[in-house]
Amino acid sequence: MRKLMTSTAMAALALSGLAMTGLTTTAAAADKEVQMLHWWTSGGEAAALNVLKQDLAKEGFGWKDVPVAGGGGDAAMTALKAMVAAGNYPTASQMLGYTVLDYAQAGVMGDLTETAKKEGWDKSVPAALQKFSVYEGKWVAAPVNVHSVNWLWINKAVMDKIGGKQPKTFDDLIALLDKAKAAGVTPLALGGQSWQEATMFDSIVESTGGPEFYKKAFNDLDEASLKSDTMKKSFDNLARIVKYVDPNYSGRDWNLATAMVIKGEALVQVMGDWAKGEFVAAKKKPDTDFLCYRFPGTEGSVIYNSDMFGMFNVPADRKAAQVALATATLSKSFQSAFNVVKGSVPARTDVPDTAFDACGKKGIADLKAANEKGTLFGSLAQGYGAPPAIANAYKDVVSKFVHGQIKTSEEAVTQLVQAIDDAR
Amino acid sequence: MSSVATTEPILTPAKSTPIRTRLQNALPQIVLAPSFAITLVFVYGFIAWTAYLSFTNSKTFPSYALTGTRAYERLWRWTFENDPPSSWYTSITNMGIFGVLYVGICLALGLFLAILMDQKIRGEGVLRPIFLYPLALSFIVTGVAWKWFLDPGLGLEQTLHHFGWTSFHFDWIKNKDYVIYTVVIAGVWQASGFVMAMFLAGLRGIDSEIMKAAQIDGATTGQLYRRIIIPLLRPVFLSAFIVLAHMAIKSYDLVVALTSGGPGGSAWLPSNFMYEYTFKRNEMAVGSASAIIMLMTISAIIVPYLYSELKEKAR
Repeated sequence: MRKLMTSTAMAALALSGLAMTGLTTTAAAADKEVQMLHWWTSGGEAAALNVLKQDLAKEGFGWKDVPVAGGGGDAAMTALKAMVAAGNYPTASQMLGYTVLDYAQAGVMGDLTETAKKEGWDKSVPAALQKFSVYEGKWVAAPVNVHSVNWLWINKAVMDKIGGKQPKTFDDLIALLDKAKAAGVTPLALGGQSWQEATMFDSIVESTGGPEFYKKAFNDLDEASLKSDTMKKSFDNLARIVKYVDPNYSGRDWNLATAMVIKGEALVQVMGDWAKGEFVAAKKKPDTDFLCYRFPGTEGSVIYNSDMFGMFNVPADRKAAQVALATATLSKSFQSAFNVVKGSVPARTDVPDTAFDACGKKGIADLKAANEKGTLFGSLAQGYGAPPAIANAYKDVVSKFVHGQIKTSEEAVTQLVQAIDDAR
Repeated sequence: MSSVATTEPILTPAKSTPIRTRLQNALPQIVLAPSFAITLVFVYGFIAWTAYLSFTNSKTFPSYALTGTRAYERLWRWTFENDPPSSWYTSITNMGIFGVLYVGICLALGLFLAILMDQKIRGEGVLRPIFLYPLALSFIVTGVAWKWFLDPGLGLEQTLHHFGWTSFHFDWIKNKDYVIYTVVIAGVWQASGFVMAMFLAGLRGIDSEIMKAAQIDGATTGQLYRRIIIPLLRPVFLSAFIVLAHMAIKSYDLVVALTSGGPGGSAWLPSNFMYEYTFKRNEMAVGSASAIIMLMTISAIIVPYLYSELKEKAR
């Protein structure tokens, strides 16, 4: 009994370490091979990654796949921890924001500065992303894509039926939801899981307080902003909008919420642009079947998260393969081909948008504009605003507010400040 | 070599016997040594390591500099922070509710079913595996099946609405105050058949002479069970309790599959808390401290119980 409860953490670590050893020792022998840890195992994602595999094959490099599915990468990160602890570095691993910096701090990341200089990444990759891919002046990761979360996904047939038009302010959006409610359609498709609620709240905060406020509160974690009346008002706005969900929203997966919009059972979903992949998979076209608008009041700025390939400090004989992988990852052709499939936009701003659909084109233009104006902000809900401990504490508070454990916006703000303080 | 070794003693008994006997005497230890070593390292070694980590400020990776009891102080504060409830407070109250109900209902239901089954009924051979079968399913499968069954838009409620009973309402799985009870329902469904099998084995092991003697003395069926049979089943209660208690503590996966943590994290158990903090939030010290608290809490309940039960047995 003791065995089962106490050392679960450590045993899991040790076991996955053992399991991984088998995989890595064989791979390490082949220096013309990249070894890639990732959690892109679903159909569309795997297809997108296949593009990279083929690009590398053309240059004569093999591909050793180490997929660890599940949990939005939690399982993969546990496996990675064990591999690194055992000294079996993969060539590269899919990683998110602060994880890259954690590993860089632990001194296990490689140095790609030379390649970066040659390829001109400094200029083409948005500065906000470089905060995570460059550590102490050294390039340690290659960003693959940029997702943004401040989108509305609307079913066009329902929109036409209720005679709605693009909401420009938060109040417009509430009015639009009212119209849908009157027409007997579920106005807001929401999955009641903490990350989805917090992802929506990111947009609400920017809509309520403006870009400067968002940055101060959710990227700089400025305590005065976190406690401010604007934050209280943001929570009040959240309370207003969650009244428009259907009774069964709690615990629903995000793609099921998207399916409600696709089928016309619901009018709108507030979700990151990975939702577009669901529309495309259902053979729906932007502007004819569905509409993509920026969340009202956030037009002109982009709240992003980004997938990165963290590059590990591999021995010299495996370095060539790593450089080839990094170069291929940030090549314009791959950035275009990959992101068309994945639904995100390229991680460099100089990629032509010809292959993208209307929403993709808008996403690329928005990213470029936001990068120039300095309104490209990390999403706190997606772990790009603050380290995971803080991001998760934030998700707790938002979710408890949505589900009624926290009853008033004053209490929510107090809790938010407290939780962030605790996690610091 | 072994054939030589076996023939040799016959030729020169005086010389080789001591080695042989020594080897024979040591054989159990030699055979047990590997598993003993593995247990020592992977169970007790890691318990010690976890305890050590809980006094550091380990975040993403273990750090070995001792920094005091900050992790415990945070847990201590969270233990009493109940308005609005902290995740830790929710986890431990849920553990109390879930543990008591799960173990209690499983024991009661298991015993009840076993007594019914013991009435020499027809078709026992068919019924027994039916009750036992849920245990063959993993917590994940149980969780997903019950998640769909209890979902108001999908399962029971929807079906009864289709049959015309539109006022029927059962949305516990979506309700932050009741979601933990759905975990109890699914858990009891899975384990009570197994407890029944244990009690049934116990009932079959009772000497029929004792029962006959009691009946001759004029005991009613109620008295027979209350005064004689159930007290005789005490060892079975002990085994069932141990099995159920450990299943209650490790039922991390049931919570995840059934509720994905529940609305606002309201279905968390301490194991969910531990995993969440250690691996998702990169707060390894807090995660380790919570694991140690779990260990101490369980020891506080199990050790006295085991001690009293085993001491009486030895008497």
